[in-house]
Amino acid sequence: MTKQLYQMTIHELNKLLEDKKVSSGEIVESVFKRIESVEEKVHAYITLTYDLAMQHARDADGRILRKEAGFLTGIPLAIKDIICISGVKTTCGSKMLENFIPPYDATVIKKIKSQSAVFAGKTNMDEFAMGSSNETSFFGPARNPWDTERIPGGSSGGSAAAVAADECIASLGSDTGGSIRQPASHCGVVGLKPTYGRVSRFGLIAFASSLDQIGPVTKDVEDAAILLNCISGFDPMDSTSVNREVPDYTKALVKNAKGLTLGIPKEYFVEGLDPEVEKAVRDGIREIEKQGAKIKEISLPHTQYAVAVYYLIAPAEACSNLARYDGVKYGYRSDCKSNLREMYEITRSEGFGPEVKRRIMLGTYALSAGYYDAYYKKASQVRTLICRDFENAFKECDLVVTPTAPAPAYRVGEKISDPLSMYLDDIFTVPANLAGLPCISVPCGFNDKGLPMGLQGIGNLFEEEKVLRCAYCFEQNTDWHLRRPFKDAVSAC
Amino acid sequence: MKITKKDVEHVATLARLRFDEGEVELFTDQLNKIMEYFEKLKNVDTTGVVPSTHAVDLSNAFREDAVKKSLPSDESLKNAPDSEQTFFKVPKIIEV
Repeated sequence: MTKQLYQMTIHELNKLLEDKKVSSGEIVESVFKRIESVEEKVHAYITLTYDLAMQHARDADGRILRKEAGFLTGIPLAIKDIICISGVKTTCGSKMLENFIPPYDATVIKKIKSQSAVFAGKTNMDEFAMGSSNETSFFGPARNPWDTERIPGGSSGGSAAAVAADECIASLGSDTGGSIRQPASHCGVVGLKPTYGRVSRFGLIAFASSLDQIGPVTKDVEDAAILLNCISGFDPMDSTSVNREVPDYTKALVKNAKGLTLGIPKEYFVEGLDPEVEKAVRDGIREIEKQGAKIKEISLPHTQYAVAVYYLIAPAEACSNLARYDGVKYGYRSDCKSNLREMYEITRSEGFGPEVKRRIMLGTYALSAGYYDAYYKKASQVRTLICRDFENAFKECDLVVTPTAPAPAYRVGEKISDPLSMYLDDIFTVPANLAGLPCISVPCGFNDKGLPMGLQGIGNLFEEEKVLRCAYCFEQNTDWHLRRPFKDAVSAC
Repeated sequence: MKITKKDVEHVATLARLRFDEGEVELFTDQLNKIMEYFEKLKNVDTTGVVPSTHAVDLSNAFREDAVKKSLPSDESLKNAPDSEQTFFKVPKIIEV
């Protein structure tokens, strides 16, 4: 059967568009028909923007006729609902911002618009990106397209589910402790978190500012490189973005791994790791070895402290970032009008969900008088040790290769009442955020229940090229990324 | 060290949150479990280790002190729950 337009990748569609075999309008229609047939089951979107998409498609088609097209021209993208698009409701998965319409574009959106890409809608997410399952979304969770009884992962679960279910061509997510890679792993797609500072955070609603980074969620590694090319670069509006040349990441995509040394950290292959995940990842490593890489066992001795460090630092930063939601400037305000203090308290208590409140409480406690040294400062010191672990590792290897998540997707509701057990699932993804490192998750197999599993590659600072090369080499020599859920639902669109 | 219900109420006040009795109990229980897990950091020797606030070397970012275009006030006020002229409007602050 020939591939439908909605099933294709950016690079496939770009070729068809340039050869005038299809128009952007036709691609948008195909994607929205697909959305119509599966979205009810997946709930990947909070907002769909069909009219805007058709308008963008007309602009894109005009540009293609004038031979001014870029790689993203006319391609329907889904944007995580934490990234501001001017004039489009941006909720962050929260009642607090249920009706918030940003008056400006995030820098990544400006960059994407400059190539005349098309916005299909805003994707579902855990409230304020706090969660690993999508269950904390005020609008109800997105579902895993491979088994809709299961979570898609989080927080960018809507983005990963939309890409896996072919409800968009590609997506942007954000990653603070694994929020791009873990859902990508659970949904069988590619997710890339760039180096901290590679991509501007201007217009990304802040969760934990020293950890947050925007990145692509895509159907294959080539698309991740194409999107990264577009969104990377210094931005005067984000003082933590780094002024450093952006290479053409697609040039890094070669099909062999010759000259690369992969470090396999023994601390990531321990008790608690699902045996099927372990086997899939070890098989994956052997595949990359076959393509020319050297394999070396390494040690990242402070790995076991990463979750504790992350869950002190991220909530500490979050409680400060979320102080802005006070019912004054934008967002929800409670009806209570007695006095200012009461208005603040009731607004915040009604506007935030339980997980957000839990993290605000954790952060506020860790920063409060008498506890700062024991918790926040201590965590920041151990963070230094985690960074040093990686510095030492990259003296002996080019990339660190690990599982993305300790187990495949669990059932909706299974962990919601036990926050600590959910936090512990982030063990393999949080270290790269703490150390600011670029990393990727690529599909590396399916378990006996048919659920996807992911292999994670972590590179040294600003070495996205090596990360992409290794992932591409693995992907091109396997076919896990070609599998798609909802086989029966494929209809002629 | 145990977190008490009183601690939770105090931190809620600092964070401008309000909880009912049931929520206070739930949060006391959950925060205790989470903070207990964090105790493992005490096993790490951090003598002389400089804390990291960022992973990438950063220094202050300065720019020329020049007036630049910013959002007009009507745009800035568009999302405000309540406003008057060019101001955000809030409930009474001081009781007379």
